[in-house]
Amino acid sequence: MTTRYELIIGLEVHVQLLTRTKLFCGCSTRFGAPPNTQTCPVCVGMPGVLPVMNRRAFELALKTAVALRCQIAPFTKWDRKQYYYPDLPKGYQISQYDLPFSSDGCLEISDPKGRFERKRVGIIRVHLEEDAGKSMHDEAHGRADSRIDLNRAGVPLLEIVSQPDMRSPLEAKAYLTELKLLLSYLGVSDCNMQEGSLRVDANVNLHVYTPDGHLVPTPIVEIKNMNSFRAVERALAYEAERQFKVWQETGQRLGDVPKQTRGWDDVANITRPQRHKEESSDYRYFPDPDLVPVIVSEAEVEAVRQSLGELPAEMRNRLEVAYNISPYDSDVLVNQGQALVAYFEQVAQQCGDGKLASNWIQQDVLRTLKERTIGIDEYPVSAQRLAELLRAVRAGRVDTMRGREVLARMLDTGRTVDETMAELGIAQLDEAQLMALCKELVAENPKLVADVRAGKLQAAGAFVGQAKRKNPNVNPARVRELVLELIQGQSEG
Amino acid sequence: MSLTREEVEKVSLLGRLRLTEEELALMTAQLGQIVEYVQLLSELNTDDVEPMAHAVELSNVFRDDVLVASYDRAEMLANAPRSDGECYLVPAVLGE
Repeated sequence: MTTRYELIIGLEVHVQLLTRTKLFCGCSTRFGAPPNTQTCPVCVGMPGVLPVMNRRAFELALKTAVALRCQIAPFTKWDRKQYYYPDLPKGYQISQYDLPFSSDGCLEISDPKGRFERKRVGIIRVHLEEDAGKSMHDEAHGRADSRIDLNRAGVPLLEIVSQPDMRSPLEAKAYLTELKLLLSYLGVSDCNMQEGSLRVDANVNLHVYTPDGHLVPTPIVEIKNMNSFRAVERALAYEAERQFKVWQETGQRLGDVPKQTRGWDDVANITRPQRHKEESSDYRYFPDPDLVPVIVSEAEVEAVRQSLGELPAEMRNRLEVAYNISPYDSDVLVNQGQALVAYFEQVAQQCGDGKLASNWIQQDVLRTLKERTIGIDEYPVSAQRLAELLRAVRAGRVDTMRGREVLARMLDTGRTVDETMAELGIAQLDEAQLMALCKELVAENPKLVADVRAGKLQAAGAFVGQAKRKNPNVNPARVRELVLELIQGQSEG
Repeated sequence: MSLTREEVEKVSLLGRLRLTEEELALMTAQLGQIVEYVQLLSELNTDDVEPMAHAVELSNVFRDDVLVASYDRAEMLANAPRSDGECYLVPAVLGE
């Protein structure tokens, strides 16, 4: 029996906004400070305190929502989401319930390798809320207490909820990669997953197509605790198979059982059911009387739209057209960030060959950046110098292989192309010098000459090799031509 | 009675209150009276009235993203029943 199914994925992403201070008080948001050194009566929820919204946080949130092509609500407010948990000192989280500041956006994803069709993933809503603190459990030692650090309590978070529009782990990863890239282009978050500035939860179920032609949705499972994009990909792949097995065993459909929450175990490579927070589904939202609403005008939204700058999708398209490079190449370059794209554009413009600039940057520059774990701003060879080198390559003053040597040396010495070429003894031989060298070779190698005459063309390659040993600056193609001409001339003469 | 005993049980669980049988009966009656009193408002026809999000006519109150010195850790921790000098200590929370 062949039952087919489709994997249905929606993602909920929390990103920490790049503000200096928390959402409702002036405490620092810096990561890594000693526990409980960045708190005050507001963020630990002392009675009588009043939260006041961080303007910068709202601006960054608005910028993100506009870039995600969301509708911006002209009127928005904040609500209290109430639950008991030791890392939530107020007993409620300030979040947004029925009037989030934005909704109905989208993000386009595609795969430069064409493994899935370009598609738009819908964004249900983007809202602004505060983070909770951190609980630490020393389960290994069976300690009786949990320790609570409230440094993170009150840090501004953007919650970005997608439609269940993704159909494979690959699409989910593409969505996350593109979202992260967009956020870093906008400068609204550093998206550091290790430090918790980007967190992903997934809602997953299956659409099973039964042999008798029905579509059956299975119960939705929420997956948490995925600490990298790779973990998301693997957790989703695991969950698809697990859910299909459960469907085959139980036949449970959407609505038959309550939504389950499972945690990804990165070591065991499986998801496990998580404990339910007791009564957690009853949050009893109500408008927070401590905060006043925010009204945003059309003009303000338009001003934000104007300020966005070029976003990754537009940039890819522009690079492809302006520099005649492939979608794959523009994707690699754009994914490296704005600074690298700017570098590429300078090199491409100054050397006059976009494809060549793209190849060298992808093969040589990116490799060095990776090896040295540095950014393009720390790369020792300026765009101008790399362009100069590529002009020399285009003009045939130096071949690609020796060009690489020149670049490698420039990396360490910081000298110019001409200086470096001189240091490496790279100077073009003129035609007369080249001819003299080839005559010498023909005279020294009667056996090779005989081979060439006998039609063994690989013998010509041996001449090129010898020529290079005599003088590394020879142009291999020209040596080949000259040698063949000389041999032909001998046999005719 | 405008509130059932089950509703009061649920609310007390959500509020982490452990009520005795007598207290539960008392609360059901007393909370019920409050709810009944507030229900008087529903006699008003509010069909054409927009829901109010806030009691004061203010909007867009912001502060600048400027750092303010945090409180001393010892002073903050002193408000909790137990701490280890770095963190608040609470009864074990298992899992997420």
